[in-house]
Amino acid sequence: MTAVPTSAAAIAAGVRSGSLKAVDVVEAHLARIADREGEIHAFNVVLADRARAGAAAVDAMVAAGGDPGPLAGVPIALKDNMCTRGIPTTCSSKILDGWKPPYDATVVTKLAAAGAIAIGKTNLDEFAMGSSTENSAFGPTRNPHDTSRVPGGSSGGSAAAVAAGFAPVGIGSDTGGSIRQPAALCGVVGAKPTYGYVSRYGLIAFASSLDQIGPFTTTVHDSALLLDVIGGHDPMDSTSIPVAHAPLTGVLDRGVKGLRIGRITDLPAGADPDVTERLEAAFDALREAGARIIDVQVPAFSYGLTAYYLIAPAEASSNLARFDGVRFGLRVDALDTNTMYSATRAAGFGDEVKRRIMLGTYALSAGYYDAYYGRALKVRKLIHDDFARAYQDADVLLTPTSASVAFPFGSKGDNPLAMYLCDVYTIPSNLAGHPGMSVPFGTGADGLPVGVQVLAGTLDEATMFRVGAALERCAPAVTSAVALHGSAS
Amino acid sequence: MSAGARVDPRAEQVLEYGYQLVVGLEVHVELDTATKLFSASANRFGDDPNTNIDPVTLGLPGALPVLNRHAVELAMRIGAALDCTIQPSTFHRKNYFYPDMPKAYQISQYDQPINIDGHLDLPGGKRIGIERAHLEEDTGKSTHVGGSGGRIHGSDHSLIDFNRAGVPLVEIVSRPDLRTADEARQYVNELRAILVAIGASDAKMEEGSMRCDANVSVHQPGTPLGTRCEIKNVNSVRSLGRAIDYEARRQVDLLASGGIVRQETRHWDETDGRTHTLRTKEDADDYRYFLEPDLVPIVPSAEWIQAVRDALPMLPAARRARLSEASGSPAYSEAVMAAIDRGQDAYVLAVGHLGGDIGRALVHVKEAYAEQGPSPTVPAQDLALLTTLEVDGKLTATQAKAVLAEIVAAGGGDAAAIAAAKGFEAMDNSALESVVDQAIAADPEAWVKFCAGEGKAMGALVGAVMKATGGKADGKVVTAVLNQRRAAQP
Amino acid sequence: MSDRITAADVVKVAKLARLDLTPDEIVRTTAQLDGMLEHFADMDALDLDAVVPMTQPYPLHNVFRDDMVVIGLDHDEVLAAAPRSEDGRFWVPPIIGLDS
Ligand SMILES: [Mg+2]
Ligand SMILES: [Zn+2]
Repeated sequence: MTAVPTSAAAIAAGVRSGSLKAVDVVEAHLARIADREGEIHAFNVVLADRARAGAAAVDAMVAAGGDPGPLAGVPIALKDNMCTRGIPTTCSSKILDGWKPPYDATVVTKLAAAGAIAIGKTNLDEFAMGSSTENSAFGPTRNPHDTSRVPGGSSGGSAAAVAAGFAPVGIGSDTGGSIRQPAALCGVVGAKPTYGYVSRYGLIAFASSLDQIGPFTTTVHDSALLLDVIGGHDPMDSTSIPVAHAPLTGVLDRGVKGLRIGRITDLPAGADPDVTERLEAAFDALREAGARIIDVQVPAFSYGLTAYYLIAPAEASSNLARFDGVRFGLRVDALDTNTMYSATRAAGFGDEVKRRIMLGTYALSAGYYDAYYGRALKVRKLIHDDFARAYQDADVLLTPTSASVAFPFGSKGDNPLAMYLCDVYTIPSNLAGHPGMSVPFGTGADGLPVGVQVLAGTLDEATMFRVGAALERCAPAVTSAVALHGSAS
Repeated sequence: MSAGARVDPRAEQVLEYGYQLVVGLEVHVELDTATKLFSASANRFGDDPNTNIDPVTLGLPGALPVLNRHAVELAMRIGAALDCTIQPSTFHRKNYFYPDMPKAYQISQYDQPINIDGHLDLPGGKRIGIERAHLEEDTGKSTHVGGSGGRIHGSDHSLIDFNRAGVPLVEIVSRPDLRTADEARQYVNELRAILVAIGASDAKMEEGSMRCDANVSVHQPGTPLGTRCEIKNVNSVRSLGRAIDYEARRQVDLLASGGIVRQETRHWDETDGRTHTLRTKEDADDYRYFLEPDLVPIVPSAEWIQAVRDALPMLPAARRARLSEASGSPAYSEAVMAAIDRGQDAYVLAVGHLGGDIGRALVHVKEAYAEQGPSPTVPAQDLALLTTLEVDGKLTATQAKAVLAEIVAAGGGDAAAIAAAKGFEAMDNSALESVVDQAIAADPEAWVKFCAGEGKAMGALVGAVMKATGGKADGKVVTAVLNQRRAAQP
Repeated sequence: MSDRITAADVVKVAKLARLDLTPDEIVRTTAQLDGMLEHFADMDALDLDAVVPMTQPYPLHNVFRDDMVVIGLDHDEVLAAAPRSEDGRFWVPPIIGLDS
């Protein structure tokens, strides 16, 4: 069996040229899954047989002289909040346990059309509400770099799957940092594009005005490749931006000479020293590469947490109301409809989901709307305008992705706010609708990965990826979790 | 429409103890689109349960709404027909749990509706203000099983069909300008005629494609408006009138006996002819309205709005005026109303253009064209000839009816030829007079009664004459002769 | 506790949200929501009177579909996935306390 390359680009190239068999690619990854999934728990379901069949079909197509597409034979780990026809889709919630969607999400369709092969549905904080994947109804996912620590969240399963070599690519969703923060904690590349860049059709909504889908990869090039495949206008999503995006794979080696990299001087404090130390190293590296570092202010940045934790739960309280036991999913029987609703939802939702539904319902309810939800929408505008001003002086902004490296299970205790603070650096770009990505940039004192976040203005993914690629080129070599823990293939 | 609205005299009518009735109507109409408001399933009445469904209709996780352009166009058409201002608009979520509401929120226009500030003129000319006419989605249908007669209370369980869920609705909200149950009926009938004429909806109350809630209150003229109750479940124009009259009486009795009217939603019960409390203001839901993040605003261009206004067909009021003018019959005569309802007014006018008599044509069309649509099978030319023979006295009304029956059955025909074949020709009066005298002689009893002024007796005598003449006699002439003879009595 | 929200509020909200909370869940939720609302009070420092609320990140308008039927979901597949159904419709226990 030929050695299987780690990057999606190399796998697809090999499979398309016929020098590499998709079935071998799939077997190699299934072997790694068999080897470590037991301790990691990245998946809610592994689609071994479907993956094998899909790979055989791709090989057959190549043999017949056809081209399966830019992701030919690339195994993909899908976050379990994206609808897959006939395949269980649970959002890691009891309320959807066993539900099989009768339709595919647009991203799922696009990935399949590009020759990619879904290898499993990955674990998440229930309904994507969390930053550690500890809120999954099916048990937490462990960080492949240190299984006593969390992988981050909410897309912890997809991040861990890529870090552990279970798949070269994972797909996640990012509402307040749910791609970038786990990417940083698992030492992989994670990108959240501009709101409206990737279709949300078939993504089970958490907060509709904040949710965006994006990739986890081992390289910045793979990240660009994935966005080129899943990005673009979708008539099934009214908020999908109706423009054709220039391929991001084309901009990666343009370098950063002359680019203005912004340092936010009024950034919320509280990041651990080994994180700030890596951020400084990143600024230095980019200066070395010919970029200019300039100071900018984003005064409203620190109010992001407040605006986010009022807006996201408010939208969630409405989005999650459809889980009522009438048409699909869990039902707890009762003597009348209202009692059935309350019993079903009490039994089906976990504590964090209930907490956010309560908070959001309260923020929208009569007498409180103006004081909470209404004011939060205005703070959102302030943040948007502050960023707009900052982007007049800087092409991109550089911040920590997460205030800390991966933390031990249970370390955030019972205070929900402690966990919410994990997203303080990632939330503002969701509120503004701007793109952001996390690129691994070395490790902290205890050898755990640290990520640096690159933020850009609306639809300026190109500049963001130029900087991301530059950071990757000068990032210190880090032993991958795969190499670290060996592997069956 | 008549701007110098003269006030309907009935509006001055007051209830017992000098109370004045005040009514505003909220009318929901299902738009005549091929698909739903936010998804591509068929918008069709009467299909098997849960056959017109898709992820959006069922509110499945991950589904997203996409707005139906034609539904927006029809909503704008309604706005134009009601002289509304058509403006940029947005959608909100109205959050509440109910089994026939799949997402547990209804997508509806809230503080920025597409149409505002219009009006509708009643037959008498009274102008009723239209506050707004906004877009929203319909719910599914619940059937209550067990319990008494499909009523929700005491039912054993309910079954839900989502075919209707997501069907486009326009909710037309009037200002509280109606003062009698009859005005309310007139308003709904006129609104219905307009909606059908512009092709926005078939507006059938019996099929539920037009639904009507009434906000009813009473007060002493000159004092502030009273507390209003919203009356739901009114399923016909007739029960609308009954429900309003009942509710007015209930409120007046309450106030007259020193009680107070509570603001509440009440349910009209067709079977006992009363309204019953459904929800009081206290236990009203908190809908937590907020802007629908899955949809974007509608911003119709001035060109689009103008195009919709320009494309409006002639409205019923104008068509009634036109036909009434041409035919000489009143705008609200049964004949004119029937012609407008069936869309046969253009046909009747065509008969006129072809030299026929519009008045006679109108009568014939009302009586003989019930089965025919806007374009009757009988060529206007043929009806024109028939009416000409009639007004020239060559055919009696009775004969003309008989001839037309054949023409309609055959889908056309030459009236003169058919009349000849039937041996029809008008009788000259001297001949007719002698037949009348024979009839009097033959039935002295009837004659005496007739002279005593008994209508029945006149019928008997006229009948006898018709019998004797084989229907050739003109009924009007016969009556005239009979009256002459009676007048000639000593 | 800053008493920004009371247990009574929490009970009312739980009813609105159709969540059957146990007595100690109500106590815990009241304390947690109160803590959050206290933190969210940081925005009271901002003068927001002149600020326009931002509801959508990317400004679009007039996004429509054509009025053409597309075959939807399979009746049997959907009903089979329902918690309970009866002759082609979704079965629910008696509906009380609300109107349609
Ligand atoms: Mg209403
Ligand atoms: Zn309505």
